[in-house]
This record gives sequence, structure tokens and C-alpha cells, in this order.
Amino acid sequence: MLGITFFDQFGEYIMLLRKVFTKPQKRKVFFVNLIQEIDKIGISSLWIVAFISVFIGAVATIQTAFNIDSPLMPTWSIGFTVRQSMILEFCPTIISLILAGKVGSSIASELGSMRITEQIDALEIMGINSANFLILPKIVASVIINPFLITMSMFLSILGGWLAGVLTGFVTTPNYIDGLQIDFHPYDVFYSLIKTIFFAFLISSISSYKGYHISGGALEVGKASTKAVVTSSIFIILFNLILTQLLLS
Amino acid sequence: MIEAVHIFKSFNGNDVLKDVSIQFKQGKTNLIIGQSGSGKTVLMKCIVGLFEVDKGKIFFNERNFSEMNFEQRKDIRQEMGMLFQGGALFDSMNVIENVMFPLSMFTNQTKDEIRERAQFCLKRVNLENTDQLFPSELSGGMKKRVAIARAISVNPRYLFCDEPNSGLDPITSNVIDNLIREITQEYSITTVINTHDMNSVMEIGDNIAFINKGELWWEGNKDNILNSDNTELNKFVYATELTRALKKTR
Ligand SMILES: Nc1ncnc2c1ncn2[C@@H]1O[C@H](COP(=O)(O)OP(=O)(O)O)[C@@H](O)[C@H]1O
Ligand SMILES: [Mg+2]
Repeated sequence: MLGITFFDQFGEYIMLLRKVFTKPQKRKVFFVNLIQEIDKIGISSLWIVAFISVFIGAVATIQTAFNIDSPLMPTWSIGFTVRQSMILEFCPTIISLILAGKVGSSIASELGSMRITEQIDALEIMGINSANFLILPKIVASVIINPFLITMSMFLSILGGWLAGVLTGFVTTPNYIDGLQIDFHPYDVFYSLIKTIFFAFLISSISSYKGYHISGGALEVGKASTKAVVTSSIFIILFNLILTQLLLS
Repeated sequence: MIEAVHIFKSFNGNDVLKDVSIQFKQGKTNLIIGQSGSGKTVLMKCIVGLFEVDKGKIFFNERNFSEMNFEQRKDIRQEMGMLFQGGALFDSMNVIENVMFPLSMFTNQTKDEIRERAQFCLKRVNLENTDQLFPSELSGGMKKRVAIARAISVNPRYLFCDEPNSGLDPITSNVIDNLIREITQEYSITTVINTHDMNSVMEIGDNIAFINKGELWWEGNKDNILNSDNTELNKFVYATELTRALKKTR
């Protein structure tokens, strides 16, 4: 039998999105679901995002300090390098990849198990557009909450960098702050958040698609959640390149 | 009355339903029986529109369901209740929320009115003091009863039950079967039941359709099923020691 090609899947994905982006049956129920999803997708990711951000910021400072161990380098280099690498790349892209792992797999397995236990069929029988009912709150919640997570990650990674720098004596507080302020373009933050929003959409919609479209047994649920993580990660990396080219050129 | 006319359905070249025409009567328990894999679930899902048929038509009291789109089907969908094989209760909701859910999505009743109706339905299926439990905390029979309560909460004209007593012991099966029959008669519902259980057949088989390899092989009721001369049907009916022993005593 013919394998399902990329284009078939892409077509199915677009059809699903067309079902998702319709008017909810009941506005009030939609908002209740949205709040629940914000809690499930966003609030529950706070700790992991905070933890990773602080430590990567610290490592960025230490590595920069080791690599520019030259008297000719200005004292602000460390703060500057940490800020640029965290805001431009680490926070939006790497944290999004981590969220693809955490949130993507949970979305795909939730929808996948609802599919195999016929809960999705039960919604359809009642006359409810199950794709809209289940998936729209997830996508909207991700697009709302991920920019907050990434903004927090920016602050915490820079804070982590400062802590590491001061504790190890590689940099003084005034020098670090100098570095943070030099040649700062607020547009960089904006660029980063635009990427984040795209990535949030990719993670939630691709994982929903992978979970919603399974058939078979419990084994498929596990496979779908793996595929959700792999596929969303690949698309994050591809879109990272495209968006960087579009937004920074 | 529900009418399915010349239904064909295949999956990737595998012909599952081959020209099935069948009618289901109001106020009766209409059974679809047959071996596992014979196409009962596919037929039921085609009738309710969870699968689109390849060819054929489906009428709900003269309304041509098969030619409607999702929006147009909504009205008929709200007259349907369905009991899925595993219950299909929403894991994230407790018992009372499960039963209240269809009402809260489609009616403008107040929360109290909806709760009252849900409690009435739970009482009707003999479930009380379980309102706050979650599906994972219920036994198989209790899940089925909650699912029945959810299905009847909207006062359906049509009730579909896919293997309502699969995985249940004979006594609980019997309770569920009789509950479905009582509700069918009480509210004059058109009820369609998939089963491969001969006990159910003899208990509630008002009308029986025997499906074999995706084709309709025999139609009748519980009074004449034991005396048919259809060999395939007899293989199914007399598949167990128990039914063969019964045959000898007749
Ligand atoms: N979604 C599906 N995709 C492909 N084949 C299916 C699907 N659902 C059912 N089938 C096939 O249809 C046939 C009948 O299945 P089913 O209606 O579930 O039997 P049963 O009578 O036990 O309910 C089986 O051969 C099954 O493999
Ligand atoms: Mg079946």
C-alpha cells in the first residue's frame, strides 16, 4: 500500500485547521476551556522554563568569560554577548523546542486517547464540532501564554548570567549592566516574540493534528506523541531560519 | 423510523458494507447482530454520520441525512443519543458534569434546571450518590449507566448502542439490556443496538438483522430466530454448548 505522503498530510492538516477556526458553539464554554488550557499549557511550564533559563544564562556568562580571556576585549563584552544570545536565539527558539517536547506530547496524547476511547465521536454525535471545541482553546492558549513564558525566560537567563558572573568574579555588576545596555535595540525583543508566536502556533496545531488523526489502539497514542514532538521541532527549526531571514534582513 | 438504503462502505479497497438496506422502527429495540468484524460498528457509524457512506442514503423520519452538511445535520444530531462500546465518558469531567454536558451546550436552561434534569436521568438508570465520581473511579456497568443517562438527557428520538453489554457479567448485562428496552418503550425512541450476545437477542430482540461479512443475511425477531433455516445464522446462533443444549430440549 502507498504510504501517506507529506502532501496528503499537509492537506489533512489544512482541512483540520479549517474545522478548528470556526465560531465556538458557546462562547462561555470556550472561555472556560481557554482558561483551563492556559493553566495546563502555560502555568504548568513555568518551573521548567525558569530552571533552564537561569542555568543556561549562567553557562553563557562563564563560557563567554573563558573565550574572551584577552585584555583587549572591553569589559562590557560579557553582558552584551549574554543579552544578544539569550534574547535573539536561546529564549525564543530553544525554549520553544523544550515546550514542543513538554506541551506537544501532552496535547497529542490527550487528543489521541480521546480519539481511541471514542470521546471525540461522542462530541460529534452531540452535534459539536469536536476540532473546534477541543483544539481552538489549545492553540489560542499557546499563542497567548508562550510570549509570557519567553519574556520571563529572557529576564531569568540574563539574571542567571549576572549571578554566575558576579559569584565567579568574571564580571562586576556595573560592567555587566553596561554590556546589557550597549547597542540595545528593542526591535530584537519584538522579533523574538514574533518568532515565539509562530512557534506556539506550530507546536499546538501540529501536535493537535497528530493526536486528533490517529486510529487504532493505545500503542498509536505513544507513537502520535513522539511524532508530534519530532514534527513540531523540525518545523520550529525551519521557520526559525525563514523568520530570521525575513525579520532581520 | 430510520431507513438505510443500499449502503456501501469500504476502507482502502476493503469492502466492509455491501449493499445493506435496513429499517429501524420507533418504540422498538432493533438489533444488529453478527460476528466480530462483520461490520456492525461501521454500519452504525455510517448511519449516525461518523463515517461518510460511499454510496446509499439514510433517512431519519423521511429527512435525507446523507445529503446534509455538518450544520444541517446539527438538528438531527440533537435528537440522537449514542452509547459507545467503552462508554466514551469524558475523562476530565465527573459523572454529573458528563450528563449535564450535552444540555449545557445546546439549551438555554439555567444551570439548576440542567442539574435537575441530569439528576433525574441518573436516577432513571439507578445511579445515585455517584455525582462527584470521575469515570476512572467507576465500574464497567456504572460507566455504561452514566453513558445511558448522558444519551437520554437530551430526550433523544433516536438511540444508538454499540455493544452495550460488552465486558459486563451476565447479570449486569441483563440489567443494562432491560434498562434500554424500558427507556425505548417509555419514550417511544427508535433504538438500534449492535450486539453479538445471544442473551440480549433472546431478551430484547424486537427486530433482528443478521449481518455477515458486510451483507444483510437475515431479518426477523426473537420468536423466529431459533427456527430459521439460514445456515450462516444458525452457525452464529448455535455457536456455544449452551445454545446447542437448548436446541436439543426444544
Ligand atoms: N476506521 C477504519 N478504517 C479501516 N478499516 C476499518 C475501520 N473501522 C473498521 N474497519 C474494518 O471494518 C471491518 C468491520 O469492523 P467493525 O464494524 O468494527 O466490526 P464489528 O462487527 O465487530 O463491529 C473490519 O474488517 C475492520 O477492520
Ligand atoms: Mg463493533
